[in-house]
Amino acid sequence: MLGKTAGGLYWMFRSLERAENTARLIEAGFRIALTRSTGAEAEWKSVIITSASQAGYKAKYDRYDSESVVYFLLQDTDNPSSVLSVIKAARDNARLVRTGLTTEVWTSVNETWMVLTELLKDPIPQTELPAALATIRAQSAVVRGALHGTMLRNDIYDFCRLGTFVERMDSTSRIIDVKYYSLLPAPSFVGSRLDNVQWETILRSVSAHRSFRWVVEGDFSAPAIANFLILDGRMPRSLRFCAGKIVDNLGYLGMDDKEPKPSLLMAQKLCARLKDRDIGSIFEEGLHEFLISVIDENLRIGLQIEQDYRFNS
Amino acid sequence: MTNNMTFFDEMLSDDGARPPYEAYHAWFAGQNNTRLANKAQEAEAFFRRTGITFNVYGQSDAEERLIPFDLVPRIISNREWAKLSKGIDQRVRAINAFLHDIYNRQEILRAGVVPIELIANNEAFLPQMIGFSPPGDIYTHIVGTDIVRTGQDEFYVLEDNARTPSGVSYMLENRETMLQMFPELFSKIKVEPVSDYPKSLRRSLAACAPQGCDGRPCVAVLTPGIHNSAYYEHSFLADQMGVELVEGHDLRVVDGHIAMRTTRGYKRIDVLYRRVDDDFLDPLTFNPTSMLGVPGIMDVYRAGNITIANAPGTGIADDKAIYSYIPDIIQFYTGEAAILKNVETYRCSEPEMLSYVLDNLADLVVKEVHGSGGYGMLVGPAASKKELADFAAKLKANAANYIAQPTLSLSTVPIFTESGLAPRHVDLRPFALMSPNGVNITPGGLTRVALTEGSLVVNSSQGGGTKDTWILED
Repeated sequence: MLGKTAGGLYWMFRSLERAENTARLIEAGFRIALTRSTGAEAEWKSVIITSASQAGYKAKYDRYDSESVVYFLLQDTDNPSSVLSVIKAARDNARLVRTGLTTEVWTSVNETWMVLTELLKDPIPQTELPAALATIRAQSAVVRGALHGTMLRNDIYDFCRLGTFVERMDSTSRIIDVKYYSLLPAPSFVGSRLDNVQWETILRSVSAHRSFRWVVEGDFSAPAIANFLILDGRMPRSLRFCAGKIVDNLGYLGMDDKEPKPSLLMAQKLCARLKDRDIGSIFEEGLHEFLISVIDENLRIGLQIEQDYRFNS
Repeated sequence: MTNNMTFFDEMLSDDGARPPYEAYHAWFAGQNNTRLANKAQEAEAFFRRTGITFNVYGQSDAEERLIPFDLVPRIISNREWAKLSKGIDQRVRAINAFLHDIYNRQEILRAGVVPIELIANNEAFLPQMIGFSPPGDIYTHIVGTDIVRTGQDEFYVLEDNARTPSGVSYMLENRETMLQMFPELFSKIKVEPVSDYPKSLRRSLAACAPQGCDGRPCVAVLTPGIHNSAYYEHSFLADQMGVELVEGHDLRVVDGHIAMRTTRGYKRIDVLYRRVDDDFLDPLTFNPTSMLGVPGIMDVYRAGNITIANAPGTGIADDKAIYSYIPDIIQFYTGEAAILKNVETYRCSEPEMLSYVLDNLADLVVKEVHGSGGYGMLVGPAASKKELADFAAKLKANAANYIAQPTLSLSTVPIFTESGLAPRHVDLRPFALMSPNGVNITPGGLTRVALTEGSLVVNSSQGGGTKDTWILED
């Protein structure tokens, strides 16, 4: 496979994952803004920080109101991470790697781009927002379904999956980090209204507000949430899950390598930090420090993958 | 302009449907217009979803457009096709021989058949190709001959397109669309399949691999990138052939060969089907600012280590002044008379012809000798007084840059409209492949249709559409 094609597949699926994650973030933020009279501004600010687009936002706006934040994250083409921008990027990459995709995957991405470009061409009134966000998530599901249902399990598929999980790892880490303080097991806060709302937001941001209840069987404590999002290997957005998938896919790609590539070694190291450990030890290490180091290590793995597989040179 | 001309309609004569269209016409009569209109919309949605689009240069708002597809096929009888394909075969061989000659012994110039000025002062003539023979002596690996019809047995070649003909993806996708929309038609009417084209193309290109290539030749398609107007076609052809689609920055010279950067290192390429113009092919040899080509590829080429299809320098054969000599060129290399006729062409470089052209501008079509795609041409009968005067001034200032041709009464084939069938002008571009094993012409082609009533300009960049083209089985 061409290095450029590998890069195109990887970035196509990073973009698609980002679109979906951004839609979830907005959905969670929107709920809080609707249900609470105070603190909405702080909530929207944390949404912007989570999406790692604070610098771009501050360059254009000085307040974190729902209208500006939603526009910036969904439609603003000045924001390279807005849903509209990343869907265009995903589709451009899909055109670039067209020969590597099945007709179903290509058509689903192209259709997603057509549907979302139309959907997002004008500002979206609040009353229409939930339906618009649902459409974005539904379109992502269509692409994912086409990928799973029709693609050969070969190196093309592996690069698609790597893009998905490197992006998701970054996203989940940021979601937890922005609210890490509310997860610290400080007894005075536990059970207070503030925490419940914050936890709910976190869980909604990763579409896990229902599955969490089933998994913990009533243990709604901060460490249980942290454990679920960081270490639970069953939760498809947890750090442990993402790291495992990155290792798996790099492993398939390197099956014939005599020496493992640096990116695989780095991913294995990161995965080991998330495996068979107790959430208490992460709190001891410092939750924020731990998350920052995961974000950083994930970034470096991404860059190493680009090098190992000659995306650009 | 339609008033004083009569046109040959390929489907209908005064006595009803002509023989090749009889079966189709009978089927059409039994159709419901609303159902067909729905089908037409289905086809458009299908094209959009599949991304069969093209970019129009200089129009950022309408970045991607569809080429309108008309659901009425253009039908050609087996007998008519036999003559056309024989004529194309002859032309393609003669043009290839001509290219080899002008870049080597130049016998045709010495014999005075083609004037030397036409070659010597021509931008499309590449001095870098002099004294060099490409692998298998093939220059024109892929040719898309533009043919127009004016009567029952009147076919003319309008252009040879020996450089980088495009449109073959539409030939294939149009058929695919028709098969999906009207499967019952294909069981009633026996139509020659076109679906072998990608396989033939790969085989034909592989047969042109350099002599030193051992094992299975590695073929790749070189595209300028996703913003090129024909990108869809480039990716489609690479996909259908099962070969890599590369851009200049994927390639470099490794150990005297062209190689592409893969996830496992550099891999050698033997045959490059390039859809990048000569000028952009190698910044070390041609346009130094080009980012689309491969630095050093011309050295690799001249060392005989890669096949470039079509060969650099082939564009000289597309020059419209050279075109006017094609019947002589055919005679010179094959000893035969041309099977397909040329359109009468006035070379404005010659004073008597220029004065004739200026006197009759309102009845003529004037084209730039290097032009293509319908840009920069004058259609006399459709031009205003002011446009004619402006063009006459341009013509006088740079006469050698133009040729003129009579306005042809192009044949019509009906298109489907909500109020029924309506005649529109068409042309035809069949595709020929050439290798040392011979010339292979796919029975079919791209029929372009001018959708505006009365219009004679079929180019997609000027609002033309396409039709599926059926060659009937014997």
